[in-house]
Amino acid sequence: MKKSDSTKLKATMDGVLRQCLVSVSAVIVAILLGMLLILLMGKNPIVAFSALLQGAFGSMNSFAETLVKVTPLLFTGISYALANRCGLTNLGMEGQMYMGALAAAAVGIFVEVPAALHIPLCILAGFIGGGLWGLLAGWLKVKFGASEIITTVMLNTIAIYFIEFMVTDPARMMEPGGVSGQSSPLTDSAKLSILLPNTRAHWGIMIGLLCIVLFWLFLWRSKKGYEVRVSGFNMQAAAYSGINTSRNILLVMLLAGGVAGLAGASEVMGVQGRLYAGFSPGYGFDGIAVALIGMNSPIGIIFGALLFGAFRAGGNRMQMKAYVPFSIVNVIQAIVIFAVVASQMLLEIWSERQLKKQPKQQDA
Amino acid sequence: MAFFDSLGGYINTDISLATPILLAGLGLLIINRAGLLNIGAEGTMLIATIMAVYGSYISGSVWVGLIFAMVSGAAVGALFALLTVTLRANQTVVGAAINVLGSGLSATLFRIMFGVSSEVPAIDVFRVWKIPGLSAIPVIGEGLFSHMPMVYIAFLLVPVMSYFLFKTQAGLNLRSVGENPKVADTLGINVYRTQYIAAIVGSMIIALGGAFMSTGLTKFFSEEMVSGRGYIALAAVVFGRYKPSGIMGAAMVFMAGIVIANILMAQGAGIPYQFLNMIPYVLTVIALAAFAHSAVAPAALGKPYKRG
Amino acid sequence: MATILEMRHIYKQFPGVLANADVCLQVEAGEVHTLLGENGAGKSTLMNVLCGLYKPTSGEILIEGKPVRFNSAKDSMAIGIGMVHQHFMLIPTMTVVENCLIGSHDAGGMKLDLKTAAQKISALAKEYSMELDPYKKIGDLAVGERQRVEIIKALFRGARILILDEPTAVLTPQETHELFNMVHSLTDKGFTVLFISHKLNEVKEISNRVTVLRLGRTCGTYNIADCSVNDLARLMVGREVSFSIDRRQQEQGAPVLQIEDLTLGQKDSEVKTLNHVNLTVHGGEILGIAGVDGNGQSELVECLTGLRRASEGKALYKGKDLLKCSTREIMSHGVSHIPQDRQRTGLVMPMPLRENFILQDYYTEEFGKGGFIDWKYVDAYSDRLIRDFGVKTPGRFELAQNLSGGNQQKVIVAREISRKPELLIAMHPTRGLDVGAIEYIHKNIMDQRDSGIGVLLVSTELEEVLKLSDRVAVMYEGEIMGIVKPSETTVEEMGLMMGGMPLEKIRGGGENV
Repeated sequence: MKKSDSTKLKATMDGVLRQCLVSVSAVIVAILLGMLLILLMGKNPIVAFSALLQGAFGSMNSFAETLVKVTPLLFTGISYALANRCGLTNLGMEGQMYMGALAAAAVGIFVEVPAALHIPLCILAGFIGGGLWGLLAGWLKVKFGASEIITTVMLNTIAIYFIEFMVTDPARMMEPGGVSGQSSPLTDSAKLSILLPNTRAHWGIMIGLLCIVLFWLFLWRSKKGYEVRVSGFNMQAAAYSGINTSRNILLVMLLAGGVAGLAGASEVMGVQGRLYAGFSPGYGFDGIAVALIGMNSPIGIIFGALLFGAFRAGGNRMQMKAYVPFSIVNVIQAIVIFAVVASQMLLEIWSERQLKKQPKQQDA
Repeated sequence: MAFFDSLGGYINTDISLATPILLAGLGLLIINRAGLLNIGAEGTMLIATIMAVYGSYISGSVWVGLIFAMVSGAAVGALFALLTVTLRANQTVVGAAINVLGSGLSATLFRIMFGVSSEVPAIDVFRVWKIPGLSAIPVIGEGLFSHMPMVYIAFLLVPVMSYFLFKTQAGLNLRSVGENPKVADTLGINVYRTQYIAAIVGSMIIALGGAFMSTGLTKFFSEEMVSGRGYIALAAVVFGRYKPSGIMGAAMVFMAGIVIANILMAQGAGIPYQFLNMIPYVLTVIALAAFAHSAVAPAALGKPYKRG
Repeated sequence: MATILEMRHIYKQFPGVLANADVCLQVEAGEVHTLLGENGAGKSTLMNVLCGLYKPTSGEILIEGKPVRFNSAKDSMAIGIGMVHQHFMLIPTMTVVENCLIGSHDAGGMKLDLKTAAQKISALAKEYSMELDPYKKIGDLAVGERQRVEIIKALFRGARILILDEPTAVLTPQETHELFNMVHSLTDKGFTVLFISHKLNEVKEISNRVTVLRLGRTCGTYNIADCSVNDLARLMVGREVSFSIDRRQQEQGAPVLQIEDLTLGQKDSEVKTLNHVNLTVHGGEILGIAGVDGNGQSELVECLTGLRRASEGKALYKGKDLLKCSTREIMSHGVSHIPQDRQRTGLVMPMPLRENFILQDYYTEEFGKGGFIDWKYVDAYSDRLIRDFGVKTPGRFELAQNLSGGNQQKVIVAREISRKPELLIAMHPTRGLDVGAIEYIHKNIMDQRDSGIGVLLVSTELEEVLKLSDRVAVMYEGEIMGIVKPSETTVEEMGLMMGGMPLEKIRGGGENV
């Protein structure tokens, strides 16, 4: 028993180590390339990056700002990872997030319930709003065979326009007498309270971490999660074992959309206090990078979200202090994705080569 | 009567607005027909917008800007092919990353090239080139024959592309790679080379669409100026059923929605323009569901090919 | 006649497998030359070498006496070798003429001359008295027509030597007849045809000479006139099969599975993948199903395990009709299934062993109450299986993909047998394994039989089927040719049935089992 546990440790450590290596080296490569770009701009990359680090972790306030940016990335990262574990490509986190924000805002503005119930109700609404939007893509796939890759991209823009529609007329959600493009404020009982005093960091991050735990529980502890992972790895084996893959696709798209919807809910309830048209700077698409770098694993997603959250939070200071444009953060993020997928595939091709070289091992 | 008087103008606007989408769609079509699913048109176009402006700025000729844009497109296409063809990485993920790259790189390059001054430098841009004689015809003359050269080029590309895809050997080979790379391979076609060429040439055409946005439709670069047209192009390809003429039709129908929206807004009509903006996307989702089982998309689209 | 093609001492080594060993083939111009052999005899490998898709490890190819080297399919095509693959290499959304022109270099990348090409195709079709509209889409053609397109395509591209890989597998008898007429007119015009088949009557009918391949080696070339169908059967199967094995004599139990008129295929189509299959598996017996690959065995198993819907018939098991049940229902009622492809179906390769051990039963209360999995129990269960079945692995956390083939199969066998089934369906349970692992798996299957379980064993390894089974049914084109007891049959008889001759015909209708 003991022996098998120690070999377990070794086997899993090998895999984990290798994955970490891929992620870490991808990030290093991306940062180096980013520095090179800064150098080409005629700026000092060291100064730029220390400004970025200052901006992300230099003070309580900046750390709080990082947490604010990490929160939505946790949700969208989980959303992408969950769908991906089932063999699906959910690119619709952005739209699902908007729909979640809409539902949460609607409940937060118009529904009057006791304070203790208001926050859970808003969160639930956010989950359902995003979940239904995700489910729509899942249904289109199961029922008609429409690829979720394209439909989710299309549904993103539809959702964004729909939210714009909702907040540009006082007859709908726009604040009467207010500025077009923003809704009335949420009632106070629907707002998430501040986690770190005198900063913007709110309790949304705790909901995000809770979701990480639930993500882990669902996939690695529950029977449904086991089904999802089997389907994601091998559809044929899933069918052989009698797993209903269509139903799982619907479930996973509902859950993935729901989690992305929570990102919207937490933005509305914790940061903005009302629903703005175009409130997201692309948190949905960031989820892809977060999940990729986190290798679709709970701990990995936390690190991925922290990394890109820090970039987003520190980027402003870098722009102000080192005159390096904020947009370089996006460039680095893209390079991270390229580096991760490239190194994964290189590793795969390399191990294939190894396999070809040595004749297949025979039974001892 | 007032409507009829301005009809020529409406048609003109529709065609101008459709041009970048048409170009991007045609570029995507070549890539898709080779079996590669590229959702990165938005980013490819964004990089092209700034490159076109820069080329025009330093040379004083918008045509040099066009060449700059095409070179940037070729570079993006080569990167896409390297990752998805040689390394067989997930095409969707790479495409999404290209969009992130485009958004970041275009803004960064803009800062590098033009600094932070708020003053907009004057650059050479495309000018309307009226076709002598034809442009004098009422309504149609204004609608069809009073455009910038890029518009004529884009619409001429439609028959050229149809001819290439369906009437030439190279086009047949390209299509066979997208339908079944194994068949193409057994018949002596170099699948990888075909996909590389398609990715590079296709991205160059997509870049033309971006270039036209910053040196034709507008006169300078602004951040995120492509604002979703790369995705509309993606939609136009699906809605146009993977045919050049279909893409042209889709681009014009999609943009007609925008034109109508503007007319209605000007007249103070109650239809919210957001819904008209949604039309391309909604139509595409419906089309995807309706066509999914009727083998319209290239059969091997999005599946990496592995020899042997 | 002159020798047009010669393959000398061809070796082809794959990782772990020697697919061709010292294969020699000599083909004369204008003849129909058949390559005869069982599955895995190396026919396809040899032909893939010939058409440039594989590079031989050693050996040489001579065309009209001149040595040639093929770096790709293009090279072999250029020299006049055309292959009609068993799975057609055609693009359904394109027309006949487009399919013929893919990759052609006549136009040099420029304008396609569809008109001239279409005329050429029509002329070729007329020459072999076929009807073919060059502008029709492949997707709109029937299977037989598609095959004609493949042949025309090869001729169109200048083939002089045509390789037909199992061409009659998808054809009706009438279409087969037409194909043979075409083959005759081709050879009359000086073309050479290489025919790959295991159907003895067809081989006898169409060939001039036949080369027999067995276990990757050539076993001689014969004039067809000198061979009877019986001779061919003996040559193909070759080895003496040992029938004597340890087997406890026991009374046949009650029927466990009764298959009645199981049919699969389009209602109006003549070709049925499964055609009125009737079989009964009793408790305590192994019913073997022999036959060459692709004669409906996989479909039979898929119908019985709920992975495919049969069009007609019944399969009664414990009062249930399996053909109407879902996979989950079937498996939860005491049916175990060792699938034919362990890596693609039987295991989830990137998952650890403990997760593979519960693939069939994870949802039951045994492995966790409610919606959660009890990993502690699963770990103990996995350790027991690893120990009891002697799976060689560092532990239950090892990924399935890191195990050797034999140990992977042991994982599946352990899982399926530990479920305490009443019916075990095993397909190719020892394919690709080494001797030790084969023996182990055989012993386990035999133990199941001895304990009273009904076993349906599908295998293309004749030796295996004859050694293990109490009774053997032979399948050919979706039909049962006959059911025999291993002790009462001969290699010749088996070969004849595998080649499509019903048992009554062989035994003259007199005797019966």
